[in-house]
Amino acid sequence: MENLIDFFSFSDPNVRYVTLGIIFIMACAAMVGTFTFLTKKSLLGDAIAHAVLPGICLGFMLSGTKNPLVLIPAAFAFGWLSLICINFITYRSRIKEDTAIGLVLSVFFAVGIFLLTIIQKNGNANQSGLDHFLFGKAAALVMEDIIAFSIVALLLMLLTLFLFKEFTLISFDKDFALSSGIPVRTLEILQTGMIVLTVVIGIQAVGVVLMAAVLITPAAVARYWTDNIKTMLAIALITGVFSGIAGAYLSYSAPNMPTGPWIVIFISTLALLSFFLSPKKGIINKILKQKRYKRQIQDENVLKTLYQLGEKTNQFFLSQQEANISDKRFFAKNILSNSLHRLMRNGFVSKQKNAWQLTDAGKLRGQRLVKIHRLWELYLTTYANIAPDHVHEDADTIEHFLTPELEAALEQQLNFPEKDPHQTIIPYQ
Amino acid sequence: MATDFWIILTASLVSTCCAILGCYLILRRMAMIGDAISHAVLPGIVLAFLFTGSRDSVTMLIGAGAVGIFTTFLIEFFNKQAKLQADAAIGVTFTWLFAIGVVLISVFAEQVDLDQDCVLYGELAYVPLDTIQVFSFTNEIPKASVVMLVILISILLVIRLFGKQLLITSFDPAYASSIGIATTIWHYVLMSMVSATTVASFEAVGAILVVALLIVPAATAYLLTDDFSLMMKLSIAIGVLASVSGYYLAYWLDGSIAAAIAIVCGIFFSLALIFSPTQGLFKKSKKMVMH
Repeated sequence: MENLIDFFSFSDPNVRYVTLGIIFIMACAAMVGTFTFLTKKSLLGDAIAHAVLPGICLGFMLSGTKNPLVLIPAAFAFGWLSLICINFITYRSRIKEDTAIGLVLSVFFAVGIFLLTIIQKNGNANQSGLDHFLFGKAAALVMEDIIAFSIVALLLMLLTLFLFKEFTLISFDKDFALSSGIPVRTLEILQTGMIVLTVVIGIQAVGVVLMAAVLITPAAVARYWTDNIKTMLAIALITGVFSGIAGAYLSYSAPNMPTGPWIVIFISTLALLSFFLSPKKGIINKILKQKRYKRQIQDENVLKTLYQLGEKTNQFFLSQQEANISDKRFFAKNILSNSLHRLMRNGFVSKQKNAWQLTDAGKLRGQRLVKIHRLWELYLTTYANIAPDHVHEDADTIEHFLTPELEAALEQQLNFPEKDPHQTIIPYQ
Repeated sequence: MATDFWIILTASLVSTCCAILGCYLILRRMAMIGDAISHAVLPGIVLAFLFTGSRDSVTMLIGAGAVGIFTTFLIEFFNKQAKLQADAAIGVTFTWLFAIGVVLISVFAEQVDLDQDCVLYGELAYVPLDTIQVFSFTNEIPKASVVMLVILISILLVIRLFGKQLLITSFDPAYASSIGIATTIWHYVLMSMVSATTVASFEAVGAILVVALLIVPAATAYLLTDDFSLMMKLSIAIGVLASVSGYYLAYWLDGSIAAAIAIVCGIFFSLALIFSPTQGLFKKSKKMVMH
């Protein structure tokens, strides 16, 4: 608790700078990452993150310092080079893009690790801390790093906002963007440059391996809560910044905890929650929806069967035993009983002793289903030239989904026919 | 001298396993899934370590291997059920599991004798230090070599017995299922082999360099031939050659052995990309002239 107060009072100047730095980095990664996500280039971010390592090592070997003004351009150059290699391999050979990404990623990273081990064994006093690039250690950032990173992040964010319309257009409809005279190629190169730069400034905080998550995951979270790109950008931003602050706090209160992995755990938890709980696209909602549809179809099938039983004698409100219903159309025992009870609660059937009878509302709904079924069969035989003995299945499905508008259109089109292809009467209200 | 031998032998065993599996991964366009698995087994390794207290138990192989298979399942689950685009499904899943693994290492730093750097690039040089006596009449041999040999034999056995199924499901999944081969089963068989190999070679070469060994030799061989069994042989040859020359490169420049092996693989790939008789750059430009 004391930690919490200490942290959020920001009285420690070091905490202030580190947290500010992380906020800028996370915000920038979330914004740039949103477009990376939308253009399905998420794994390129991963490749770049691994590929900048040799740049950092080489920059250090040549200059002997960890000055960001040297390391950033060197890392940028290698990040860019890795993209050129991936493109070259993909276009000039039969190697597929995913293989090319994995190949370039691992070989560049190997070069980086090789240089890193050489540097470590040479015992240069300045080298300690170079391995922070691997897992990220925001607390180890010094003032000049933070200032440099924050400025770059701010510039990238402003650039994203300034070119928001163009970026949106090339993400969603490149052909249209091309035809409306937008310099697509230049913008794409610019976007790639922005991804590389974001990765370069981000890996100090989260490390090489997990940089991909900082780019992709906030956007993935946001995608589950909205279809609007502006809202998506905002949600990604909040997700990223929140996780960044949470991770910074954690590694402040427990100094041996790595910042990067914790940030990633926070974002990923939000992502998992979104995958399951999102009201529109979430897995749980999807399962519930499927269950609801299944029940609706079962209930309607029962109503239809009750109506058809009534049709035989032209007496629709007779009581029917459950066995009777199952004789007409097979239902598993408990499914039928569940359906009937649900229908009773909704006022479509009523129960008398051990038998069930349709109510007025139930009869109407059953009749509508039967009508649609028969109309559809007729429609298929008339307009699609399908044999009468092949149309039942299709009609059995469509009867549950046809909207009242389509139903009316169908009646009009067929001109209120009296009989279906099997010479059964089509019931109208 | 004996140390050199064991290091090179272990490296060659690792790269042989990877080279074989890599051929299937590339054909199935699953290179990045291999990458994801190799990262995602980390929490499994740490947890197995915590429970058993040692690195080389069968429990670890099974436990961490299961996490690897779970990873492919999760990726598919997010992709199919949550409709998350494939690239993001891979990215989100493996970074999440890897982050959990790194945090577990930090939390249990005292109980777990794994350090973070080792996770990334392993330490082949320490392989000869940890030995075991397998038969009473032999000298002690490194545990890692024994484990990799067992894995290699298992892989070869699976391929000898079910090579046809693996190959058909890789080349033409639709045809495979139409003749009654269960594509899902072979998918998971392959993923199990990749997971087991990744876990077993983890200590020697680390999480990321094992990706290089999985992808690069197979991709190089893919540029050199159209014949699958030849591709596999070439891939193995490239992997072993890279292991030997990588060792001496590392020895010469005093750097990480595993990284050096991956770099040599990268060099072989570049050479194939430029000079391959059927796929290389020169061949292509010649073809264009003839048009």
